[in-house]
Amino acid sequence: MDAVNIAELSGNIAVVGYGLAAIGPGIGVGLVVSKTIESIARQPELAGRLQVTMWLGIAFTEALALIGLATPFIFV
Amino acid sequence: MLSALSLFRAEDGEFSPPSIFEFYPEIVAFAGTPFAINRIMMIRLIVMVLLIVIFWLWTAKFNKAVKTGNVVPGRFQLLGELALNFVRKSIAHDQLGEKDGERFLPLLTTIFFMVFGMNITGIIPFANIAGTSVIGIPLVLAGVAYVTFIYAGTRKHGIKFFKNSLFPSGVPKPFYILVTPIELLSTFILRPVTLALRLLMNMIAGHLLLVLCFSATQFFFFQADGLMSLFGVGTLLFGFAFTLFEILVSVLQAYVFTLLTTVYIQLALADEH
Repeated sequence: MDAVNIAELSGNIAVVGYGLAAIGPGIGVGLVVSKTIESIARQPELAGRLQVTMWLGIAFTEALALIGLATPFIFV
Repeated sequence: MLSALSLFRAEDGEFSPPSIFEFYPEIVAFAGTPFAINRIMMIRLIVMVLLIVIFWLWTAKFNKAVKTGNVVPGRFQLLGELALNFVRKSIAHDQLGEKDGERFLPLLTTIFFMVFGMNITGIIPFANIAGTSVIGIPLVLAGVAYVTFIYAGTRKHGIKFFKNSLFPSGVPKPFYILVTPIELLSTFILRPVTLALRLLMNMIAGHLLLVLCFSATQFFFFQADGLMSLFGVGTLLFGFAFTLFEILVSVLQAYVFTLLTTVYIQLALADEH
């Protein structure tokens, strides 16, 4: 017997994979920024240095999302 | 495609979403030779010439200002001083200190302005694609950064640089089985790879977003019928917002790339604790 298609989807499963890969870095970048805001609120005079560290943290975290974006091009 | 836009596909006209083939435009000159030039390569060459001209004009202005003792800068000179001082003060001197900062300043300035120049073409009308959105330039720049921080480390610590970075002190001996492979991977493989990928993927994603927004706008305005064309207003606004966002991203990526290169150099120069 043929299986009944309830909902037919077409497309590349890698799209879902990228969606999953974006979750972690999304949370991570949110944490980095929220902690930076907290620290700046506590010590406004350190704002400059904290922002540099924040950009670094964002860059490292974001790299994971971008690796997720790159993998389908490489492995599909 | 699972995107919501594909819902409208079945109606009149075909909506074609942007694909990765955006980044392989047709070759315009020297086809068949290793020097084949397509649109992106042409943009890169133009940006290179522009950068050289701008810097040449800037240095001429600075020299003239020093010679004549005229310390009040014009608008063009002020922009140059601001931009160059940004890299010098808030990246090089802040992270590396005065002495080492000055040593690596030419390289850092080059990286910053090259990345920025190549990025900004992504939103310049008629260019509309970033020179960094194909792996070539990010790869070269990441390679330069890689060689530089290894050079900085080996110049200062000799062969001990590799020992320090692979076998960090303060770790119990048996743990080196775990720590050393991780350090090897993160320091000598993932650093250059993420440097190149971060820049490349930001530019690819940005370009695809812009193309998606504007091609959807075109589709809604000229091919969709009736009320559906109202969606075009939304996508046009989104496209405009993302264009502004892309300006931010191109500056930010230039900053992040330079900052990371600086931090890697700084880590390589740091004494072991």
